[in-house]
Amino acid sequence: MHKLETKHLLGLEFISKKDIEKIIDVGFIFREVLERPIKKVPTLQGKNILNLFFENSTRTKISFELAEKRLSADVTNFSSSFSSVQKGESLKDTVQNIQSMKMDCVVMRHPVPGSCIQLQNYVDSVIINAGDGTHEHPTQALLDIMSIKEKFGKIKNLKIGIVGDILHSRVALSNIFGLVKLGAKVKVCGPPHLIQRDIEMLNIEKTYNVDELIEWADVLNVLRIQKERMGVGIIPSIREYRKFFGITNERLLNHNKELVIMHPGPMNRGVEIDSEIADSSQAIILDQVLNGVAVRMSVLYLLLGNNELES
Amino acid sequence: MNKLKATLLTKTGLNRVLIRLSHEIMEKHASIENLALVGIRTRGEIIAKRIFKNIDSLYNEKIYFGTLDVTFYRDDFSSNLGSPKVGPSDITFDVNNKHIILVDDVLYTGRTIRAAIEEIFSFGRPASIKLCVLVDRGHRELPIRADFIGKNYPTSINEHIHVYVQEIDKKERVDLLTY
Repeated sequence: MHKLETKHLLGLEFISKKDIEKIIDVGFIFREVLERPIKKVPTLQGKNILNLFFENSTRTKISFELAEKRLSADVTNFSSSFSSVQKGESLKDTVQNIQSMKMDCVVMRHPVPGSCIQLQNYVDSVIINAGDGTHEHPTQALLDIMSIKEKFGKIKNLKIGIVGDILHSRVALSNIFGLVKLGAKVKVCGPPHLIQRDIEMLNIEKTYNVDELIEWADVLNVLRIQKERMGVGIIPSIREYRKFFGITNERLLNHNKELVIMHPGPMNRGVEIDSEIADSSQAIILDQVLNGVAVRMSVLYLLLGNNELES
Repeated sequence: MNKLKATLLTKTGLNRVLIRLSHEIMEKHASIENLALVGIRTRGEIIAKRIFKNIDSLYNEKIYFGTLDVTFYRDDFSSNLGSPKVGPSDITFDVNNKHIILVDDVLYTGRTIRAAIEEIFSFGRPASIKLCVLVDRGHRELPIRADFIGKNYPTSINEHIHVYVQEIDKKERVDLLTY
Protein backbone atom coordinates (compact mmCIF):
# COMPACT_ATOMS: atom_id res chain seq x y z
CA MET A 1 0.00 0.00 0.00
CA HIS A 2 1.50 3.39 0.94
CA LYS A 3 4.77 1.95 1.92
CA LEU A 4 8.25 1.78 0.51
CA GLU A 5 10.64 -1.10 1.00
CA THR A 6 13.29 1.35 2.13
CA LYS A 7 13.19 3.21 5.42
CA HIS A 8 15.34 6.14 4.30
CA LEU A 9 16.11 7.89 1.04
CA LEU A 10 19.89 7.92 1.03
CA GLY A 11 20.44 7.51 -2.67
CA LEU A 12 18.88 5.90 -5.71
CA GLU A 13 21.66 3.31 -5.67
CA PHE A 14 20.13 1.81 -2.54
CA ILE A 15 16.43 1.67 -3.40
CA SER A 16 14.55 -0.71 -5.61
CA LYS A 17 13.00 -0.09 -8.99
CA LYS A 18 9.61 -0.71 -7.38
CA ASP A 19 10.16 2.04 -4.82
CA ILE A 20 11.27 4.51 -7.49
CA GLU A 21 8.18 3.77 -9.55
CA LYS A 22 5.93 4.18 -6.52
CA ILE A 23 7.48 7.54 -5.62
CA ILE A 24 6.96 8.77 -9.18
CA ASP A 25 3.35 7.51 -9.35
CA VAL A 26 2.41 9.17 -6.06
CA GLY A 27 4.30 12.27 -7.25
CA PHE A 28 1.80 12.67 -10.09
CA ILE A 29 -1.05 12.52 -7.57
CA PHE A 30 0.54 15.35 -5.61
CA ARG A 31 0.81 17.30 -8.87
CA GLU A 32 -2.98 17.34 -8.85
CA VAL A 33 -2.98 18.62 -5.24
CA LEU A 34 -0.68 21.45 -6.35
CA GLU A 35 -3.24 22.57 -8.93
CA ARG A 36 -5.92 23.16 -6.28
CA PRO A 37 -6.81 26.60 -4.93
CA ILE A 38 -5.69 25.43 -1.48
CA LYS A 39 -2.52 23.44 -2.02
CA LYS A 40 -2.27 22.02 1.44
CA VAL A 41 -3.34 18.64 2.79
CA PRO A 42 -3.34 17.63 6.47
CA THR A 43 -1.54 14.32 5.88
CA LEU A 44 1.57 14.82 8.00
CA GLN A 45 -0.04 16.79 10.80
CA GLY A 46 2.00 16.49 13.98
CA LYS A 47 5.14 15.17 12.28
CA ASN A 48 8.36 17.04 12.98
CA ILE A 49 10.82 17.51 10.17
CA LEU A 50 14.27 19.03 10.51
CA ASN A 51 15.96 20.56 7.50
CA LEU A 52 19.62 20.26 8.21
CA PHE A 53 21.62 22.19 5.64
CA PHE A 54 25.38 22.25 6.06
CA GLU A 55 25.82 23.64 2.58
CA ASN A 56 24.25 26.55 0.77
CA SER A 57 21.09 25.74 -1.08
CA THR A 58 18.21 27.86 -2.23
CA ARG A 59 15.94 25.88 -4.45
CA THR A 60 16.30 22.46 -2.88
CA LYS A 61 15.68 23.94 0.54
CA ILE A 62 12.69 25.98 -0.58
CA SER A 63 11.32 23.00 -2.47
CA PHE A 64 11.63 20.72 0.57
CA GLU A 65 10.17 23.34 2.87
CA LEU A 66 7.21 23.90 0.56
CA ALA A 67 6.62 20.17 0.29
CA GLU A 68 6.73 19.78 4.06
CA LYS A 69 4.41 22.71 4.68
CA ARG A 70 1.93 21.56 2.06
CA LEU A 71 1.73 18.26 3.89
CA SER A 72 1.07 20.18 7.16
CA ALA A 73 4.23 18.94 8.88
CA ASP A 74 6.02 21.06 11.48
CA VAL A 75 9.25 22.34 9.98
CA THR A 76 12.45 23.36 11.72
CA ASN A 77 15.35 24.79 9.76
CA PHE A 78 19.00 24.54 10.58
CA SER A 79 21.57 26.14 8.31
CA SER A 80 25.26 26.32 8.67
CA SER A 81 27.87 27.37 6.22
CA PHE A 82 30.49 24.80 5.50
CA SER A 83 33.32 26.90 6.90
CA SER A 84 31.81 27.15 10.36
CA VAL A 85 31.43 23.43 10.79
CA GLN A 86 34.13 20.84 11.08
CA LYS A 87 33.05 17.76 9.21
CA GLY A 88 33.09 14.57 11.24
CA GLU A 89 32.72 15.75 14.77
CA SER A 90 30.01 18.27 14.14
CA LEU A 91 27.85 15.69 12.47
CA LYS A 92 28.01 13.52 15.54
CA ASP A 93 27.20 16.50 17.73
CA THR A 94 24.22 17.37 15.62
CA VAL A 95 23.06 13.79 15.73
CA GLN A 96 22.85 13.91 19.51
CA ASN A 97 20.73 17.01 19.27
CA ILE A 98 18.38 15.37 16.82
CA GLN A 99 18.04 12.40 19.14
CA SER A 100 16.95 14.55 22.01
CA MET A 101 14.63 16.70 19.91
CA LYS A 102 12.67 13.64 18.81
CA MET A 103 12.50 14.48 15.12
CA ASP A 104 10.45 12.23 12.86
CA CYS A 105 12.49 13.05 9.81
CA VAL A 106 15.78 14.72 8.95
CA VAL A 107 16.40 16.20 5.52
CA MET A 108 20.12 16.70 5.24
CA ARG A 109 22.50 18.38 2.84
CA HIS A 110 26.13 17.95 3.68
CA PRO A 111 29.35 18.54 1.72
CA VAL A 112 30.83 15.16 2.67
CA PRO A 113 29.89 12.21 0.44
CA GLY A 114 28.18 9.46 2.40
CA SER A 115 27.36 11.63 5.42
CA CYS A 116 23.69 10.62 5.28
CA ILE A 117 24.67 6.98 5.36
CA GLN A 118 26.65 7.65 8.48
CA LEU A 119 23.77 9.55 10.03
CA GLN A 120 21.46 6.55 9.90
CA ASN A 121 23.72 4.69 12.31
CA TYR A 122 22.96 7.22 15.02
CA VAL A 123 19.30 8.21 14.67
CA ASP A 124 15.94 6.48 14.46
CA SER A 125 14.47 9.31 12.39
CA VAL A 126 13.74 8.89 8.72
CA ILE A 127 16.66 10.33 6.78
CA ILE A 128 16.34 12.01 3.41
CA ASN A 129 19.45 12.93 1.50
CA ALA A 130 19.19 16.40 -0.01
CA GLY A 131 22.65 16.14 -1.54
CA ASP A 132 25.80 14.74 0.05
CA GLY A 133 28.89 16.15 -1.57
CA THR A 134 29.70 14.59 -4.91
CA HIS A 135 27.79 11.41 -4.04
CA GLU A 136 24.03 11.57 -4.61
CA HIS A 137 21.09 13.94 -4.82
CA PRO A 138 18.21 11.48 -5.03
CA THR A 139 15.23 13.86 -4.98
CA GLN A 140 16.70 15.82 -7.89
CA ALA A 141 16.99 12.64 -9.92
CA LEU A 142 13.46 11.61 -8.94
CA LEU A 143 12.06 14.92 -10.16
CA ASP A 144 14.08 14.59 -13.36
CA ILE A 145 12.68 11.10 -13.92
CA MET A 146 9.16 12.33 -13.15
CA SER A 147 9.56 15.19 -15.66
CA ILE A 148 10.79 12.80 -18.36
CA LYS A 149 7.90 10.45 -17.65
CA GLU A 150 5.46 13.35 -17.83
CA LYS A 151 6.82 14.28 -21.25
CA PHE A 152 7.16 10.81 -22.78
CA GLY A 153 4.80 8.68 -20.70
CA LYS A 154 7.57 6.14 -20.12
CA ILE A 155 11.23 5.79 -19.19
CA LYS A 156 12.16 2.41 -20.60
CA ASN A 157 14.42 2.51 -23.67
CA LEU A 158 14.53 6.30 -23.78
CA LYS A 159 17.94 7.73 -24.59
CA ILE A 160 19.05 10.20 -21.94
CA GLY A 161 22.20 12.25 -22.43
CA ILE A 162 23.86 13.96 -19.50
CA VAL A 163 26.41 16.65 -20.31
CA GLY A 164 28.74 18.56 -18.03
CA ASP A 165 31.05 17.93 -15.10
CA ILE A 166 30.03 14.33 -14.44
CA LEU A 167 32.85 13.68 -11.98
CA HIS A 168 31.73 16.21 -9.40
CA SER A 169 27.99 15.95 -10.03
CA ARG A 170 25.73 14.24 -7.53
CA VAL A 171 22.83 15.02 -9.84
CA ALA A 172 24.45 12.99 -12.60
CA LEU A 173 25.18 10.02 -10.37
CA SER A 174 21.66 9.83 -8.92
CA ASN A 175 20.20 10.22 -12.39
CA ILE A 176 22.35 7.38 -13.69
CA PHE A 177 21.35 5.00 -10.87
CA GLY A 178 17.64 5.82 -11.21
CA LEU A 179 17.41 5.85 -14.99
CA VAL A 180 19.39 2.63 -15.47
CA LYS A 181 17.14 0.86 -12.93
CA LEU A 182 14.08 1.96 -14.90
CA GLY A 183 15.53 0.66 -18.16
CA ALA A 184 16.60 3.88 -19.84
CA LYS A 185 19.75 4.16 -21.92
CA VAL A 186 22.15 6.71 -20.51
CA LYS A 187 25.15 8.35 -22.14
CA VAL A 188 27.32 10.91 -20.40
CA CYS A 189 29.42 13.59 -22.04
CA GLY A 190 31.97 16.11 -20.83
CA PRO A 191 35.67 16.88 -20.78
CA PRO A 192 37.63 13.60 -20.35
CA HIS A 193 39.11 14.59 -17.01
CA LEU A 194 35.61 15.33 -15.66
CA ILE A 195 34.20 11.86 -16.29
CA GLN A 196 35.04 8.89 -14.08
CA ARG A 197 37.40 6.58 -15.95
CA ASP A 198 35.37 3.43 -15.32
CA ILE A 199 31.91 4.96 -15.51
CA GLU A 200 30.84 2.26 -18.00
CA MET A 201 30.67 -0.06 -14.99
CA LEU A 202 27.33 1.59 -14.19
CA ASN A 203 25.92 0.15 -17.43
CA ILE A 204 26.07 3.42 -19.30
CA GLU A 205 28.09 4.81 -22.19
CA LYS A 206 30.30 7.85 -22.47
CA THR A 207 31.42 10.17 -25.20
CA TYR A 208 33.61 13.25 -25.36
CA ASN A 209 31.79 14.64 -28.38
CA VAL A 210 28.70 16.65 -27.58
CA ASP A 211 27.46 16.59 -31.19
CA GLU A 212 27.47 12.82 -31.12
CA LEU A 213 25.43 12.96 -27.90
CA ILE A 214 22.86 15.35 -29.38
CA GLU A 215 22.46 13.13 -32.45
CA TRP A 216 21.83 10.11 -30.21
CA ALA A 217 19.65 11.44 -27.38
CA ASP A 218 15.91 11.93 -26.84
CA VAL A 219 16.53 14.00 -23.72
CA LEU A 220 19.49 16.15 -22.79
CA ASN A 221 20.13 16.88 -19.12
CA VAL A 222 22.49 19.84 -19.06
CA LEU A 223 24.43 20.12 -15.81
CA ARG A 224 25.47 23.37 -14.27
CA ILE A 225 29.10 24.29 -14.64
CA GLN A 226 30.14 25.26 -11.17
CA LYS A 227 31.93 28.56 -11.51
CA GLU A 228 33.90 27.83 -8.36
CA ARG A 229 35.70 25.15 -10.36
CA MET A 230 36.60 27.53 -13.16
CA GLY A 231 40.18 28.59 -13.63
CA VAL A 232 41.56 26.26 -11.00
CA GLY A 233 42.96 23.87 -13.54
CA ILE A 234 39.73 21.97 -13.97
CA ILE A 235 38.02 24.08 -16.57
CA PRO A 236 40.45 26.52 -18.18
CA SER A 237 37.92 29.09 -19.35
CA ILE A 238 34.21 29.63 -19.85
CA ARG A 239 34.76 30.30 -23.56
CA GLU A 240 36.56 27.04 -24.06
CA TYR A 241 33.90 25.04 -22.24
CA ARG A 242 31.14 26.74 -24.18
CA LYS A 243 32.89 26.04 -27.46
CA PHE A 244 33.29 22.32 -26.86
CA PHE A 245 30.41 21.38 -24.57
CA GLY A 246 27.93 24.26 -24.43
CA ILE A 247 24.41 23.59 -25.67
CA THR A 248 24.34 26.56 -27.98
CA ASN A 249 21.69 27.68 -30.38
CA GLU A 250 23.92 27.15 -33.43
CA ARG A 251 24.82 23.67 -32.29
CA LEU A 252 21.20 22.56 -31.95
CA LEU A 253 20.27 24.17 -35.27
CA ASN A 254 22.91 21.98 -36.95
CA HIS A 255 21.11 18.89 -35.70
CA ASN A 256 17.68 18.99 -37.19
CA LYS A 257 15.86 17.12 -34.43
CA GLU A 258 13.43 17.44 -31.55
CA LEU A 259 15.18 17.24 -28.24
CA VAL A 260 13.88 17.71 -24.71
CA ILE A 261 16.20 19.93 -22.67
CA MET A 262 16.52 19.70 -18.90
CA HIS A 263 18.62 21.58 -16.39
CA PRO A 264 18.77 21.10 -12.62
CA GLY A 265 19.45 24.80 -12.08
CA PRO A 266 20.66 27.34 -11.32
CA MET A 267 21.56 27.98 -14.94
CA ASN A 268 24.60 29.83 -16.24
CA ARG A 269 23.03 31.27 -19.34
CA GLY A 270 25.58 31.61 -22.10
CA VAL A 271 27.89 29.03 -20.56
CA GLU A 272 26.52 25.49 -20.52
CA ILE A 273 23.22 26.51 -22.11
CA ASP A 274 22.07 29.38 -24.32
CA SER A 275 19.23 31.62 -23.26
CA GLU A 276 17.25 30.92 -26.43
CA ILE A 277 17.29 27.20 -25.67
CA ALA A 278 16.52 27.55 -21.97
CA ASP A 279 13.46 29.65 -22.81
CA SER A 280 12.31 27.58 -25.79
CA SER A 281 9.38 25.20 -25.80
CA GLN A 282 11.68 22.17 -25.88
CA ALA A 283 13.03 23.04 -22.42
CA ILE A 284 11.09 21.56 -19.49
CA ILE A 285 13.16 23.32 -16.84
CA LEU A 286 10.23 25.02 -15.11
CA ASP A 287 8.20 21.79 -15.12
CA GLN A 288 11.13 20.23 -13.28
CA VAL A 289 10.80 22.82 -10.52
CA LEU A 290 7.08 22.15 -10.04
CA ASN A 291 7.63 18.39 -10.15
CA GLY A 292 10.33 18.88 -7.55
CA VAL A 293 7.78 19.94 -4.95
CA ALA A 294 5.41 17.14 -5.94
CA VAL A 295 8.04 14.41 -5.84
CA ARG A 296 9.37 15.61 -2.49
CA MET A 297 5.82 15.53 -1.10
CA SER A 298 5.60 11.99 -2.40
CA VAL A 299 8.87 10.94 -0.74
CA LEU A 300 7.88 12.48 2.60
CA TYR A 301 4.42 10.98 2.43
CA LEU A 302 5.63 7.50 1.58
CA LEU A 303 8.48 7.47 4.08
CA LEU A 304 6.69 9.09 7.01
CA GLY A 305 3.37 7.45 6.37
CA ASN A 306 3.72 4.12 8.02
CA ASN A 307 7.17 4.26 9.48
CA GLU A 308 6.22 4.59 13.11
CA LEU A 309 9.22 5.67 15.10
CA GLU A 310 10.75 2.86 17.04
CA SER A 311 10.38 3.86 20.64
CA MET B 1 -11.88 -15.41 7.56
CA ASN B 2 -14.79 -13.54 6.07
CA LYS B 3 -17.97 -15.61 5.94
CA LEU B 4 -20.91 -14.69 3.76
CA LYS B 5 -23.98 -14.17 5.95
CA ALA B 6 -26.49 -12.74 3.52
CA THR B 7 -26.82 -10.95 0.22
CA LEU B 8 -28.49 -7.62 0.95
CA LEU B 9 -28.93 -6.50 -2.62
CA THR B 10 -28.79 -8.42 -5.87
CA LYS B 11 -27.85 -6.88 -9.19
CA THR B 12 -31.48 -5.98 -9.95
CA GLY B 13 -32.06 -4.71 -6.43
CA LEU B 14 -28.94 -2.55 -6.58
CA ASN B 15 -30.02 -1.06 -9.87
CA ARG B 16 -33.48 -0.20 -8.53
CA VAL B 17 -32.05 1.42 -5.43
CA LEU B 18 -29.81 3.59 -7.60
CA ILE B 19 -32.78 4.65 -9.75
CA ARG B 20 -34.74 5.59 -6.62
CA LEU B 21 -31.79 7.59 -5.28
CA SER B 22 -31.52 9.43 -8.60
CA HIS B 23 -35.22 10.35 -8.42
CA GLU B 24 -34.92 11.41 -4.78
CA ILE B 25 -31.99 13.69 -5.52
CA MET B 26 -33.92 15.31 -8.38
CA GLU B 27 -37.05 15.62 -6.22
CA LYS B 28 -35.14 17.52 -3.52
CA HIS B 29 -33.52 19.89 -5.99
CA ALA B 30 -35.99 22.01 -7.93
CA SER B 31 -33.14 23.88 -9.55
CA ILE B 32 -30.29 21.73 -10.71
CA GLU B 33 -28.28 24.57 -12.13
CA ASN B 34 -25.61 24.42 -9.43
CA LEU B 35 -25.96 20.76 -8.50
CA ALA B 36 -22.82 18.60 -8.44
CA LEU B 37 -22.22 14.93 -7.70
CA VAL B 38 -18.90 14.03 -6.12
CA GLY B 39 -18.03 10.36 -5.74
CA ILE B 40 -15.56 9.18 -3.13
CA ARG B 41 -13.00 6.72 -4.50
CA THR B 42 -13.16 4.00 -5.34
CA ARG B 43 -16.65 2.53 -5.17
CA GLY B 44 -18.38 5.80 -4.33
CA GLU B 45 -17.09 7.07 -7.66
CA ILE B 46 -18.73 4.18 -9.53
CA ILE B 47 -22.02 4.67 -7.71
CA ALA B 48 -21.94 8.41 -8.37
CA LYS B 49 -21.34 7.70 -12.07
CA ARG B 50 -24.42 5.45 -12.18
CA ILE B 51 -26.58 8.13 -10.55
CA PHE B 52 -25.17 10.69 -12.98
CA LYS B 53 -26.13 8.46 -15.91
CA ASN B 54 -29.59 7.80 -14.44
CA ILE B 55 -30.27 11.53 -14.09
CA ASP B 56 -29.11 12.02 -17.65
CA SER B 57 -31.36 9.30 -19.07
CA LEU B 58 -34.40 9.89 -16.81
CA TYR B 59 -34.44 13.69 -16.88
CA ASN B 60 -32.18 14.46 -19.78
CA GLU B 61 -30.18 16.71 -17.48
CA LYS B 62 -26.42 16.87 -17.09
CA ILE B 63 -25.10 17.94 -13.70
CA TYR B 64 -21.54 18.62 -12.56
CA PHE B 65 -19.49 15.56 -11.71
CA GLY B 66 -16.25 14.99 -9.82
CA THR B 67 -14.33 12.45 -7.78
CA LEU B 68 -12.43 12.70 -4.52
CA ASP B 69 -9.61 10.66 -3.05
CA VAL B 70 -9.58 11.34 0.67
CA THR B 71 -6.38 9.43 1.53
CA PHE B 72 -4.38 12.57 2.33
CA TYR B 73 -7.15 13.84 4.59
CA ARG B 74 -7.75 10.74 6.67
CA ASP B 75 -7.17 10.87 10.43
CA ASP B 76 -6.04 7.25 10.62
CA PHE B 77 -3.35 7.81 8.03
CA SER B 78 -0.42 6.41 10.01
CA SER B 79 -2.17 3.29 11.27
CA ASN B 80 -4.33 2.49 8.29
CA LEU B 81 -2.21 -0.05 6.44
CA GLY B 82 -5.05 -1.51 4.46
CA SER B 83 -6.43 1.62 2.86
CA PRO B 84 -7.05 1.52 -0.88
CA LYS B 85 -4.50 2.65 -3.41
CA VAL B 86 -4.25 6.41 -3.50
CA GLY B 87 -5.31 8.24 -6.66
CA PRO B 88 -5.83 11.84 -7.70
CA SER B 89 -8.99 13.79 -6.99
CA ASP B 90 -10.68 15.05 -10.10
CA ILE B 91 -12.85 18.11 -9.64
CA THR B 92 -12.70 20.29 -12.71
CA PHE B 93 -15.70 22.53 -12.02
CA ASP B 94 -15.64 25.56 -9.72
CA VAL B 95 -16.80 24.36 -6.30
CA ASN B 96 -17.79 27.85 -5.14
CA ASN B 97 -21.56 28.22 -4.63
CA LYS B 98 -22.33 24.70 -5.85
CA HIS B 99 -24.73 22.36 -4.10
CA ILE B 100 -22.53 19.31 -3.65
CA ILE B 101 -23.80 15.80 -3.10
CA LEU B 102 -21.11 13.48 -1.79
CA VAL B 103 -21.60 9.86 -2.82
CA ASP B 104 -20.14 6.83 -1.06
CA ASP B 105 -20.91 3.14 -0.95
CA VAL B 106 -21.11 2.36 2.79
CA LEU B 107 -21.62 4.85 5.63
CA TYR B 108 -20.01 3.53 8.81
CA THR B 109 -17.99 5.62 11.31
CA GLY B 110 -18.39 8.82 9.28
CA ARG B 111 -14.65 9.47 9.25
CA THR B 112 -14.30 9.17 5.48
CA ILE B 113 -17.11 11.69 5.05
CA ARG B 114 -15.43 14.06 7.53
CA ALA B 115 -12.26 13.84 5.45
CA ALA B 116 -14.20 14.35 2.21
CA ILE B 117 -15.96 17.47 3.55
CA GLU B 118 -12.62 18.94 4.55
CA GLU B 119 -11.12 18.15 1.16
CA ILE B 120 -14.07 19.78 -0.66
CA PHE B 121 -13.26 22.99 1.19
CA SER B 122 -9.73 22.95 -0.21
CA PHE B 123 -11.31 23.43 -3.64
CA GLY B 124 -13.59 26.32 -2.62
CA ARG B 125 -16.68 27.25 -0.66
CA PRO B 126 -19.74 25.28 -1.71
CA ALA B 127 -23.28 26.54 -1.10
CA SER B 128 -24.16 23.26 0.61
CA ILE B 129 -22.97 19.68 1.00
CA LYS B 130 -25.33 16.71 1.20
CA LEU B 131 -24.56 13.04 1.54
CA CYS B 132 -25.86 10.10 -0.46
CA VAL B 133 -24.89 6.52 0.46
CA LEU B 134 -25.82 3.12 -0.87
CA VAL B 135 -25.85 1.42 2.54
CA ASP B 136 -25.96 2.93 6.03
CA ARG B 137 -24.67 0.33 8.48
CA GLY B 138 -24.66 2.43 11.66
CA HIS B 139 -21.87 2.77 14.28
CA ARG B 140 -21.23 6.46 13.71
CA GLU B 141 -18.31 7.98 15.58
CA LEU B 142 -18.97 11.54 14.37
CA PRO B 143 -22.13 13.68 14.13
CA ILE B 144 -22.73 12.85 10.46
CA ARG B 145 -25.90 11.57 8.77
CA ALA B 146 -26.86 10.81 5.21
CA ASP B 147 -29.52 12.76 3.29
CA PHE B 148 -30.13 10.06 0.70
CA ILE B 149 -29.90 6.43 1.78
CA GLY B 150 -30.18 3.41 -0.50
CA LYS B 151 -30.58 0.81 2.23
CA ASN B 152 -30.55 1.08 5.99
CA TYR B 153 -28.96 -1.97 7.48
CA PRO B 154 -27.97 -1.88 11.18
CA THR B 155 -25.02 -4.22 11.62
CA SER B 156 -22.99 -5.54 14.49
CA ILE B 157 -19.40 -4.41 14.84
CA ASN B 158 -17.91 -7.71 13.67
CA GLU B 159 -19.85 -7.67 10.46
CA HIS B 160 -18.72 -6.13 7.22
CA ILE B 161 -20.66 -4.87 4.23
CA HIS B 162 -19.06 -5.31 0.85
CA VAL B 163 -20.38 -3.58 -2.23
CA TYR B 164 -19.36 -5.32 -5.45
CA VAL B 165 -19.62 -3.40 -8.71
CA GLN B 166 -19.11 -4.64 -12.23
CA GLU B 167 -16.38 -2.10 -13.10
CA ILE B 168 -14.05 -3.26 -10.31
CA ASP B 169 -15.20 -6.65 -9.08
CA LYS B 170 -16.71 -8.17 -12.23
CA LYS B 171 -19.87 -8.87 -10.27
CA GLU B 172 -22.67 -6.77 -8.91
CA ARG B 173 -24.27 -7.16 -5.50
CA VAL B 174 -24.09 -6.12 -1.83
CA ASP B 175 -23.03 -8.77 0.68
CA LEU B 176 -23.10 -8.95 4.43
CA LEU B 177 -20.01 -10.72 5.72
CA THR B 178 -19.01 -11.76 9.20
CA TYR B 179 -15.51 -12.13 10.58
